[in-house]
Amino acid sequence: MLDIINWLFLQIKILFNILKFLGPAIPMTIKITILSFALSLFLGLFVGIARISKRRFFSFLSKIYVDLIRGVPLLVQIFFIYFGLGKILNLDRFLAGVLAVGICYSAYLAEIFRAGIQAIPRGQFEAALSLGMTPYQTLRHIILPQSFRIVIPPVANEFIASLKDSSLVSIIGLRELTRAGREYYSTYFVDFHTWLLVGLIYLVMTLSLSRVVSWTEKKFKVHGYGVM
Amino acid sequence: MKKGKLKYLFCCFFIFTLLFCHLVLSCSEDKEDTYSKIIRTKKLLVGTDATYPPFESKDGKTGELVGFDIDLMNAVCKKLEVKVEYIIVPFDGIISGLKNHKYDAVISAFTITPERENQIDFSQAYYNAGQSIAVREDENQINSQKDLIGKRIGVQLGTTGEILAKKIDGAEIISYDNIGAAFIDLDNKKLDAIINDKPTSERIIAFKGKAKLVGQTLTSENYGIAVREGEMRFLEAINHALTTLQTSGEVDSLKRKWFSAKTH
Repeated sequence: MLDIINWLFLQIKILFNILKFLGPAIPMTIKITILSFALSLFLGLFVGIARISKRRFFSFLSKIYVDLIRGVPLLVQIFFIYFGLGKILNLDRFLAGVLAVGICYSAYLAEIFRAGIQAIPRGQFEAALSLGMTPYQTLRHIILPQSFRIVIPPVANEFIASLKDSSLVSIIGLRELTRAGREYYSTYFVDFHTWLLVGLIYLVMTLSLSRVVSWTEKKFKVHGYGVM
Repeated sequence: MKKGKLKYLFCCFFIFTLLFCHLVLSCSEDKEDTYSKIIRTKKLLVGTDATYPPFESKDGKTGELVGFDIDLMNAVCKKLEVKVEYIIVPFDGIISGLKNHKYDAVISAFTITPERENQIDFSQAYYNAGQSIAVREDENQINSQKDLIGKRIGVQLGTTGEILAKKIDGAEIISYDNIGAAFIDLDNKKLDAIINDKPTSERIIAFKGKAKLVGQTLTSENYGIAVREGEMRFLEAINHALTTLQTSGEVDSLKRKWFSAKTH
Protein backbone atom coordinates (compact mmCIF):
# COMPACT_ATOMS: atom_id res chain seq x y z
CA MET A 1 0.00 0.00 0.00
CA LEU A 2 2.81 2.37 1.01
CA ASP A 3 4.58 1.49 -2.23
CA ILE A 4 1.58 2.54 -4.24
CA ILE A 5 1.32 5.86 -2.41
CA ASN A 6 5.05 6.48 -2.91
CA TRP A 7 4.68 5.62 -6.56
CA LEU A 8 1.71 7.97 -6.90
CA PHE A 9 3.68 10.83 -5.36
CA LEU A 10 6.63 10.13 -7.64
CA GLN A 11 4.33 10.25 -10.66
CA ILE A 12 2.84 13.56 -9.53
CA LYS A 13 6.35 14.93 -9.02
CA ILE A 14 7.45 13.86 -12.51
CA LEU A 15 4.32 15.30 -14.12
CA PHE A 16 4.75 18.53 -12.15
CA ASN A 17 8.39 18.88 -13.27
CA ILE A 18 7.37 18.41 -16.88
CA LEU A 19 4.55 20.92 -16.50
CA LYS A 20 7.01 23.46 -15.11
CA PHE A 21 9.20 22.94 -18.18
CA LEU A 22 6.30 23.08 -20.64
CA GLY A 23 4.56 26.03 -19.00
CA PRO A 24 6.45 28.89 -20.71
CA ALA A 25 5.76 27.34 -24.12
CA ILE A 26 1.97 27.30 -23.77
CA PRO A 27 1.46 31.05 -24.40
CA MET A 28 3.43 30.66 -27.64
CA THR A 29 1.00 28.00 -28.89
CA ILE A 30 -1.94 30.23 -27.98
CA LYS A 31 -0.34 33.27 -29.59
CA ILE A 32 0.37 31.47 -32.86
CA THR A 33 -3.15 30.02 -32.98
CA ILE A 34 -4.98 33.26 -32.29
CA LEU A 35 -2.89 35.45 -34.60
CA SER A 36 -2.89 32.99 -37.46
CA PHE A 37 -6.60 32.38 -37.12
CA ALA A 38 -7.35 36.11 -37.10
CA LEU A 39 -5.36 36.34 -40.32
CA SER A 40 -7.20 33.42 -41.88
CA LEU A 41 -10.62 34.82 -40.89
CA PHE A 42 -9.76 38.08 -42.57
CA LEU A 43 -8.25 36.52 -45.70
CA GLY A 44 -10.89 33.80 -45.84
CA LEU A 45 -13.77 36.25 -45.80
CA PHE A 46 -12.34 38.21 -48.73
CA VAL A 47 -11.52 35.13 -50.75
CA GLY A 48 -14.91 33.58 -49.92
CA ILE A 49 -16.80 36.65 -51.12
CA ALA A 50 -14.60 36.96 -54.20
CA ARG A 51 -15.35 33.34 -54.97
CA ILE A 52 -19.05 34.12 -55.60
CA SER A 53 -18.40 37.49 -57.21
CA LYS A 54 -20.13 38.16 -60.53
CA ARG A 55 -16.82 39.38 -61.93
CA ARG A 56 -15.26 36.31 -63.50
CA PHE A 57 -11.75 37.58 -62.82
CA PHE A 58 -12.20 37.66 -59.03
CA SER A 59 -13.96 34.33 -58.78
CA PHE A 60 -11.33 32.72 -61.00
CA LEU A 61 -8.49 34.17 -58.94
CA SER A 62 -9.96 33.05 -55.63
CA LYS A 63 -10.66 29.58 -56.99
CA ILE A 64 -7.01 29.24 -57.91
CA TYR A 65 -6.00 30.51 -54.46
CA VAL A 66 -8.20 27.95 -52.70
CA ASP A 67 -7.12 25.07 -54.91
CA LEU A 68 -3.46 25.94 -54.61
CA ILE A 69 -3.36 26.37 -50.84
CA ARG A 70 -5.71 23.50 -50.07
CA GLY A 71 -3.75 21.09 -52.20
CA VAL A 72 -0.39 21.56 -50.48
CA PRO A 73 0.40 20.12 -47.03
CA LEU A 74 0.77 22.71 -44.28
CA LEU A 75 4.21 21.35 -43.41
CA VAL A 76 5.41 22.01 -46.96
CA GLN A 77 3.94 25.53 -46.83
CA ILE A 78 5.84 26.21 -43.61
CA PHE A 79 9.08 25.00 -45.16
CA PHE A 80 8.42 27.03 -48.29
CA ILE A 81 7.66 30.28 -46.49
CA TYR A 82 10.48 29.99 -43.98
CA PHE A 83 13.32 28.30 -45.85
CA GLY A 84 12.20 28.54 -49.47
CA LEU A 85 11.50 32.25 -49.37
CA GLY A 86 14.15 32.78 -46.70
CA LYS A 87 16.51 34.53 -49.09
CA ILE A 88 13.86 36.88 -50.52
CA LEU A 89 11.57 37.78 -47.63
CA ASN A 90 13.78 36.76 -44.71
CA LEU A 91 10.82 36.50 -42.34
CA ASP A 92 11.28 36.05 -38.64
CA ARG A 93 10.40 32.48 -37.59
CA PHE A 94 7.38 33.56 -35.57
CA LEU A 95 5.99 35.62 -38.43
CA ALA A 96 6.67 32.84 -40.91
CA GLY A 97 4.82 30.36 -38.70
CA VAL A 98 1.81 32.62 -38.24
CA LEU A 99 1.71 33.40 -41.95
CA ALA A 100 1.93 29.77 -43.01
CA VAL A 101 -0.83 28.55 -40.68
CA GLY A 102 -2.94 31.64 -41.39
CA ILE A 103 -2.73 31.32 -45.16
CA CYS A 104 -3.35 27.59 -45.09
CA TYR A 105 -6.50 27.93 -43.01
CA SER A 106 -7.78 30.91 -44.97
CA ALA A 107 -8.37 28.56 -47.91
CA TYR A 108 -10.54 26.26 -45.84
CA LEU A 109 -12.38 29.19 -44.29
CA ALA A 110 -13.01 30.75 -47.70
CA GLU A 111 -14.93 27.65 -48.73
CA ILE A 112 -16.90 27.69 -45.47
CA PHE A 113 -17.80 31.36 -45.92
CA ARG A 114 -18.83 30.75 -49.50
CA ALA A 115 -21.10 27.91 -48.41
CA GLY A 116 -22.48 30.12 -45.63
CA ILE A 117 -23.35 32.92 -48.05
CA GLN A 118 -24.82 30.58 -50.63
CA ALA A 119 -27.02 29.00 -47.96
CA ILE A 120 -29.04 32.22 -47.74
CA PRO A 121 -31.96 31.98 -50.21
CA ARG A 122 -31.40 33.93 -53.40
CA GLY A 123 -34.69 35.73 -52.95
CA GLN A 124 -33.22 37.75 -50.12
CA PHE A 125 -30.52 39.21 -52.40
CA GLU A 126 -33.14 40.14 -54.95
CA ALA A 127 -35.49 41.59 -52.34
CA ALA A 128 -32.72 43.75 -50.85
CA LEU A 129 -31.56 44.95 -54.26
CA SER A 130 -35.11 45.80 -55.29
CA LEU A 131 -35.43 47.88 -52.13
CA GLY A 132 -32.64 50.01 -53.51
CA MET A 133 -29.75 48.66 -51.43
CA THR A 134 -26.36 48.49 -53.08
CA PRO A 135 -24.73 45.04 -53.37
CA TYR A 136 -22.32 46.02 -50.57
CA GLN A 137 -25.19 47.06 -48.28
CA THR A 138 -27.02 43.83 -49.07
CA LEU A 139 -24.01 41.80 -48.11
CA ARG A 140 -23.22 43.83 -45.01
CA HIS A 141 -26.72 44.16 -43.54
CA ILE A 142 -28.76 41.24 -44.90
CA ILE A 143 -26.60 38.32 -45.94
CA LEU A 144 -23.48 38.25 -43.74
CA PRO A 145 -25.28 38.55 -40.36
CA GLN A 146 -27.25 35.44 -41.24
CA SER A 147 -24.31 33.57 -42.73
CA PHE A 148 -22.30 34.34 -39.62
CA ARG A 149 -24.62 32.18 -37.53
CA ILE A 150 -24.57 29.35 -40.00
CA VAL A 151 -20.79 29.17 -40.22
CA ILE A 152 -20.08 29.22 -36.47
CA PRO A 153 -19.82 25.41 -36.06
CA PRO A 154 -17.58 24.72 -39.09
CA VAL A 155 -15.40 27.77 -38.37
CA ALA A 156 -15.00 26.66 -34.78
CA ASN A 157 -14.01 23.27 -36.10
CA GLU A 158 -11.23 24.86 -38.13
CA PHE A 159 -10.14 26.93 -35.15
CA ILE A 160 -9.66 23.81 -33.06
CA ALA A 161 -7.87 22.11 -35.96
CA SER A 162 -5.53 25.09 -36.33
CA LEU A 163 -4.70 24.96 -32.63
CA LYS A 164 -3.53 21.40 -33.11
CA ASP A 165 -1.76 22.17 -36.37
CA SER A 166 0.19 24.97 -34.69
CA SER A 167 2.39 22.11 -33.46
CA LEU A 168 3.74 21.83 -37.01
CA VAL A 169 5.59 25.15 -36.77
CA SER A 170 7.88 23.53 -34.21
CA ILE A 171 9.76 22.26 -37.25
CA ILE A 172 11.30 25.71 -37.86
CA GLY A 173 12.57 25.93 -34.31
CA LEU A 174 9.71 27.93 -32.82
CA ARG A 175 9.48 26.91 -29.19
CA GLU A 176 5.82 26.08 -28.72
CA LEU A 177 4.25 23.25 -26.76
CA THR A 178 5.26 20.33 -28.98
CA ARG A 179 8.81 21.64 -29.33
CA ALA A 180 9.12 22.05 -25.58
CA GLY A 181 7.93 18.46 -25.18
CA ARG A 182 10.60 17.23 -27.56
CA GLU A 183 13.24 19.29 -25.74
CA TYR A 184 12.21 17.84 -22.41
CA TYR A 185 12.25 14.25 -23.45
CA SER A 186 15.50 14.51 -25.37
CA THR A 187 17.13 16.00 -22.26
CA TYR A 188 15.61 13.90 -19.50
CA PHE A 189 14.57 10.81 -21.53
CA VAL A 190 11.08 10.65 -19.97
CA ASP A 191 8.96 9.75 -22.97
CA PHE A 192 5.63 8.39 -21.76
CA HIS A 193 4.92 11.09 -19.16
CA THR A 194 6.02 13.92 -21.45
CA TRP A 195 3.74 13.01 -24.33
CA LEU A 196 0.88 12.14 -22.01
CA LEU A 197 1.09 15.60 -20.52
CA VAL A 198 1.55 17.40 -23.85
CA GLY A 199 -1.53 15.58 -25.15
CA LEU A 200 -3.50 16.50 -22.04
CA ILE A 201 -2.59 20.18 -22.32
CA TYR A 202 -3.78 20.25 -25.93
CA LEU A 203 -6.93 18.44 -24.84
CA VAL A 204 -7.64 20.98 -22.11
CA MET A 205 -7.20 23.82 -24.62
CA THR A 206 -9.42 22.27 -27.29
CA LEU A 207 -12.10 21.25 -24.79
CA SER A 208 -12.30 24.74 -23.33
CA LEU A 209 -12.55 26.08 -26.87
CA SER A 210 -15.47 23.82 -27.71
CA ARG A 211 -17.18 25.06 -24.53
CA VAL A 212 -16.88 28.63 -25.77
CA VAL A 213 -18.15 27.56 -29.18
CA SER A 214 -21.28 25.84 -27.93
CA TRP A 215 -22.01 28.91 -25.81
CA THR A 216 -21.70 31.19 -28.87
CA GLU A 217 -23.85 28.85 -30.91
CA LYS A 218 -26.64 29.00 -28.36
CA LYS A 219 -26.37 32.76 -28.10
CA PHE A 220 -26.66 33.38 -31.84
CA LYS A 221 -29.11 30.61 -32.61
CA VAL A 222 -31.40 31.33 -35.60
CA HIS A 223 -34.67 29.54 -36.01
CA GLY A 224 -34.96 27.93 -39.37
CA TYR A 225 -31.23 27.55 -39.98
CA GLY A 226 -28.54 25.27 -38.68
CA VAL A 227 -28.73 23.15 -35.57
CA MET A 228 -31.75 23.76 -33.38
CA MET B 1 -21.65 21.08 -9.09
CA LYS B 2 -21.01 17.67 -7.60
CA LYS B 3 -21.18 16.09 -11.01
CA GLY B 4 -18.43 18.43 -12.25
CA LYS B 5 -16.08 17.44 -9.45
CA LEU B 6 -16.69 13.77 -10.13
CA LYS B 7 -15.64 14.34 -13.71
CA TYR B 8 -12.25 15.75 -12.64
CA LEU B 9 -11.76 12.90 -10.21
CA PHE B 10 -12.50 10.47 -13.00
CA CYS B 11 -9.95 12.22 -15.26
CA CYS B 12 -7.24 11.97 -12.61
CA PHE B 13 -8.08 8.33 -12.03
CA PHE B 14 -7.87 7.68 -15.75
CA ILE B 15 -4.45 9.35 -16.06
CA PHE B 16 -2.98 7.35 -13.20
CA THR B 17 -4.43 4.14 -14.56
CA LEU B 18 -2.65 4.89 -17.83
CA LEU B 19 0.61 5.54 -15.97
CA PHE B 20 0.19 2.32 -14.02
CA CYS B 21 -0.46 0.30 -17.17
CA HIS B 22 2.70 1.82 -18.67
CA LEU B 23 4.66 0.81 -15.57
CA VAL B 24 3.38 -2.77 -15.65
CA LEU B 25 3.84 -3.20 -19.38
CA SER B 26 7.33 -1.67 -19.50
CA CYS B 27 8.52 -3.97 -16.71
CA SER B 28 7.80 -7.16 -18.63
CA GLU B 29 10.99 -9.19 -19.04
CA ASP B 30 12.42 -10.13 -22.40
CA LYS B 31 12.53 -13.82 -23.18
CA GLU B 32 15.98 -13.72 -24.78
CA ASP B 33 18.81 -11.24 -24.74
CA THR B 34 19.68 -9.23 -27.84
CA TYR B 35 22.82 -11.21 -28.59
CA SER B 36 20.96 -14.53 -28.82
CA LYS B 37 18.29 -12.84 -30.90
CA ILE B 38 20.64 -11.39 -33.53
CA ILE B 39 22.61 -14.64 -33.76
CA ARG B 40 19.36 -16.57 -34.24
CA THR B 41 17.86 -14.18 -36.80
CA LYS B 42 21.23 -13.26 -38.39
CA LYS B 43 20.02 -9.68 -38.53
CA LEU B 44 20.83 -6.56 -36.56
CA LEU B 45 18.58 -3.49 -36.62
CA VAL B 46 20.56 -0.27 -36.16
CA GLY B 47 19.05 3.16 -35.52
CA THR B 48 20.73 6.22 -37.03
CA ASP B 49 19.89 9.84 -37.85
CA ALA B 50 21.04 10.16 -41.45
CA THR B 51 21.44 13.95 -41.54
CA TYR B 52 24.94 14.14 -40.16
CA PRO B 53 27.74 13.99 -42.72
CA PRO B 54 30.41 12.66 -42.77
CA PHE B 55 29.22 10.19 -40.12
CA GLU B 56 25.89 9.24 -41.61
CA SER B 57 23.93 10.82 -44.43
CA LYS B 58 22.01 9.98 -47.57
CA ASP B 59 24.16 10.22 -50.67
CA GLY B 60 22.77 13.03 -52.82
CA LYS B 61 23.01 11.07 -56.07
CA THR B 62 22.27 7.46 -55.17
CA GLY B 63 20.10 8.04 -52.08
CA GLU B 64 22.09 5.39 -50.24
CA LEU B 65 23.13 5.62 -46.63
CA VAL B 66 26.83 6.51 -46.46
CA GLY B 67 29.35 7.70 -43.91
CA PHE B 68 32.07 6.77 -41.45
CA ASP B 69 29.61 5.34 -38.90
CA ILE B 70 27.86 3.30 -41.57
CA ASP B 71 31.11 1.79 -42.88
CA LEU B 72 32.22 1.07 -39.32
CA MET B 73 28.93 -0.57 -38.36
CA ASN B 74 28.99 -2.65 -41.55
CA ALA B 75 32.49 -3.85 -40.59
CA VAL B 76 31.39 -4.63 -37.02
CA CYS B 77 28.41 -6.61 -38.29
CA LYS B 78 30.66 -8.51 -40.68
CA LYS B 79 32.77 -9.53 -37.67
CA LEU B 80 29.59 -10.55 -35.79
CA GLU B 81 28.47 -12.43 -38.91
CA VAL B 82 25.06 -10.81 -39.04
CA LYS B 83 23.28 -8.76 -41.68
CA VAL B 84 22.74 -5.13 -40.82
CA GLU B 85 19.60 -3.13 -41.49
CA TYR B 86 19.44 0.59 -40.78
CA ILE B 87 16.41 2.39 -39.43
CA ILE B 88 16.45 6.14 -39.88
CA VAL B 89 15.12 8.10 -36.91
CA PRO B 90 15.22 11.70 -35.69
CA PHE B 91 18.09 12.19 -33.27
CA ASP B 92 16.02 13.44 -30.34
CA GLY B 93 14.01 10.21 -30.28
CA ILE B 94 16.93 7.88 -30.74
CA ILE B 95 17.23 6.71 -27.11
CA SER B 96 13.49 6.23 -26.81
CA GLY B 97 13.42 4.02 -29.90
CA LEU B 98 16.31 1.91 -28.62
CA LYS B 99 14.64 1.40 -25.25
CA ASN B 100 11.35 0.53 -26.93
CA HIS B 101 12.98 -2.20 -29.05
CA LYS B 102 12.51 -0.45 -32.39
CA TYR B 103 16.13 -1.38 -33.09
CA ASP B 104 18.88 -3.10 -31.12
CA ALA B 105 21.82 -0.74 -31.49
CA VAL B 106 22.51 2.91 -32.30
CA ILE B 107 25.38 4.39 -34.26
CA SER B 108 24.83 8.08 -34.88
CA ALA B 109 27.87 10.16 -33.90
CA PHE B 110 26.58 9.47 -30.41
CA THR B 111 28.64 11.08 -27.64
CA ILE B 112 29.10 9.03 -24.49
CA THR B 113 27.77 11.13 -21.56
CA PRO B 114 26.95 10.16 -17.96
CA GLU B 115 23.30 11.22 -18.43
CA ARG B 116 22.88 8.99 -21.44
CA GLU B 117 24.70 6.15 -19.66
CA ASN B 118 21.91 6.16 -17.08
CA GLN B 119 19.52 5.21 -19.84
CA ILE B 120 21.55 3.00 -22.19
CA ASP B 121 24.96 1.33 -22.41
CA PHE B 122 27.81 2.42 -24.66
CA SER B 123 30.54 0.45 -26.34
CA GLN B 124 34.15 1.56 -26.11
CA ALA B 125 34.85 4.86 -27.86
CA TYR B 126 35.56 4.63 -31.57
CA TYR B 127 36.00 8.31 -32.42
CA ASN B 128 36.99 11.49 -30.63
CA ALA B 129 35.46 14.80 -31.62
CA GLY B 130 34.52 18.09 -30.01
CA GLN B 131 32.10 20.98 -30.29
CA SER B 132 32.93 23.87 -32.58
CA ILE B 133 31.52 27.32 -33.22
CA ALA B 134 30.42 28.16 -36.76
CA VAL B 135 29.62 31.72 -37.85
CA ARG B 136 28.94 33.54 -41.13
CA GLU B 137 31.97 34.26 -43.27
CA ASP B 138 31.68 38.05 -42.80
CA GLU B 139 31.32 37.77 -39.02
CA ASN B 140 34.27 39.06 -37.01
CA GLN B 141 32.77 39.84 -33.60
CA ILE B 142 32.58 36.21 -32.49
CA ASN B 143 35.93 34.54 -31.96
CA SER B 144 35.44 32.28 -28.94
CA GLN B 145 32.85 30.91 -26.53
CA LYS B 146 32.98 34.13 -24.46
CA ASP B 147 31.66 36.16 -27.40
CA LEU B 148 28.51 34.05 -27.56
CA ILE B 149 26.89 35.65 -24.50
CA GLY B 150 23.48 37.03 -25.44
CA LYS B 151 23.69 35.76 -29.02
CA ARG B 152 21.29 33.59 -31.03
CA ILE B 153 22.78 30.12 -31.18
CA GLY B 154 21.55 27.28 -33.37
CA VAL B 155 21.93 23.67 -32.24
CA GLN B 156 20.48 20.29 -33.06
CA LEU B 157 17.79 19.02 -30.71
CA GLY B 158 19.04 16.50 -28.15
CA THR B 159 22.75 16.87 -28.93
CA THR B 160 25.68 17.61 -26.66
CA GLY B 161 25.96 20.88 -28.55
CA GLU B 162 22.53 21.85 -27.22
CA ILE B 163 23.55 20.99 -23.66
CA LEU B 164 26.69 23.12 -24.01
CA ALA B 165 24.81 26.05 -25.57
CA LYS B 166 22.24 26.10 -22.75
CA LYS B 167 25.06 26.89 -20.31
CA ILE B 168 25.89 30.15 -22.08
CA ASP B 169 24.52 33.23 -20.31
CA GLY B 170 21.64 35.08 -21.92
CA ALA B 171 21.97 33.26 -25.21
CA GLU B 172 18.84 32.47 -27.20
CA ILE B 173 19.02 28.79 -28.11
CA ILE B 174 17.15 27.63 -31.19
CA SER B 175 17.09 23.88 -31.60
CA TYR B 176 16.59 22.30 -35.02
CA ASP B 177 15.55 18.83 -36.07
CA ASN B 178 18.70 18.57 -38.15
CA ILE B 179 21.80 20.70 -38.23
CA GLY B 180 21.53 21.44 -41.97
CA ALA B 181 18.49 23.63 -41.28
CA ALA B 182 20.53 25.62 -38.75
CA PHE B 183 23.14 26.37 -41.42
CA ILE B 184 20.41 27.67 -43.75
CA ASP B 185 19.18 29.95 -40.96
CA LEU B 186 22.73 31.11 -40.22
CA ASP B 187 23.08 32.06 -43.85
CA ASN B 188 19.72 33.91 -43.71
CA LYS B 189 21.02 35.90 -40.69
CA LYS B 190 18.50 34.42 -38.26
CA LEU B 191 21.31 33.00 -36.14
CA ASP B 192 24.63 34.42 -34.99
CA ALA B 193 26.41 31.11 -34.44
CA ILE B 194 26.02 27.35 -34.48
CA ILE B 195 27.44 24.99 -31.89
CA ASN B 196 27.88 21.52 -33.29
CA ASP B 197 30.30 18.61 -33.61
CA LYS B 198 33.37 19.86 -35.44
CA PRO B 199 33.70 17.15 -38.16
CA THR B 200 30.10 17.63 -39.26
CA SER B 201 30.24 21.43 -39.28
CA GLU B 202 33.49 21.22 -41.24
CA ARG B 203 31.88 18.91 -43.79
CA ILE B 204 28.76 21.03 -44.22
CA ILE B 205 30.88 24.17 -44.69
CA ALA B 206 33.14 22.36 -47.18
CA PHE B 207 30.04 21.45 -49.19
CA LYS B 208 28.07 24.67 -49.03
CA GLY B 209 30.51 27.36 -47.93
CA LYS B 210 29.04 30.64 -46.59
CA ALA B 211 30.28 29.95 -43.06
CA LYS B 212 33.51 29.41 -41.13
CA LEU B 213 34.65 27.82 -37.90
CA VAL B 214 36.13 30.09 -35.23
CA GLY B 215 38.00 29.57 -31.99
CA GLN B 216 39.23 26.37 -30.46
CA THR B 217 37.42 23.09 -30.14
CA LEU B 218 35.21 23.55 -27.07
CA THR B 219 35.03 20.01 -25.75
CA SER B 220 36.53 16.58 -26.14
CA GLU B 221 33.86 13.96 -26.71
CA ASN B 222 33.93 10.26 -27.47
CA TYR B 223 31.50 8.57 -29.78
CA GLY B 224 30.25 5.08 -28.94
CA ILE B 225 27.82 2.49 -30.22
CA ALA B 226 24.77 2.32 -27.95
CA VAL B 227 22.77 -0.71 -26.86
CA ARG B 228 20.03 -1.25 -24.27
CA GLU B 229 21.05 -1.53 -20.62
CA GLY B 230 22.25 -4.88 -19.35
CA GLU B 231 23.07 -6.43 -22.72
CA MET B 232 26.49 -7.57 -21.57
CA ARG B 233 27.10 -10.32 -24.13
CA PHE B 234 26.06 -8.12 -27.03
CA LEU B 235 28.21 -5.25 -25.80
CA GLU B 236 31.23 -7.52 -25.36
CA ALA B 237 30.82 -8.80 -28.91
CA ILE B 238 30.69 -5.23 -30.26
CA ASN B 239 33.71 -4.16 -28.20
CA HIS B 240 35.64 -7.20 -29.35
CA ALA B 241 34.83 -6.42 -32.99
CA LEU B 242 35.81 -2.75 -32.49
CA THR B 243 39.13 -3.70 -30.90
CA THR B 244 39.91 -6.08 -33.76
CA LEU B 245 39.08 -3.41 -36.33
CA GLN B 246 41.21 -0.85 -34.48
CA THR B 247 44.29 -3.08 -34.19
CA SER B 248 44.02 -4.25 -37.79
CA GLY B 249 44.08 -0.61 -38.93
CA GLU B 250 40.68 -0.75 -40.60
CA VAL B 251 39.31 2.06 -38.42
CA ASP B 252 42.29 4.23 -39.39
CA SER B 253 41.77 3.62 -43.07
CA LEU B 254 38.06 4.50 -42.66
CA LYS B 255 39.11 7.71 -40.92
CA ARG B 256 41.40 8.53 -43.82
CA LYS B 257 38.56 7.81 -46.23
CA TRP B 258 36.03 10.11 -44.50
CA PHE B 259 38.02 12.82 -42.73
CA SER B 260 40.95 13.72 -44.95
CA ALA B 261 40.50 17.26 -46.25
CA LYS B 262 39.79 16.47 -49.86
CA THR B 263 37.22 13.71 -49.89
CA HIS B 264 34.57 14.70 -52.40
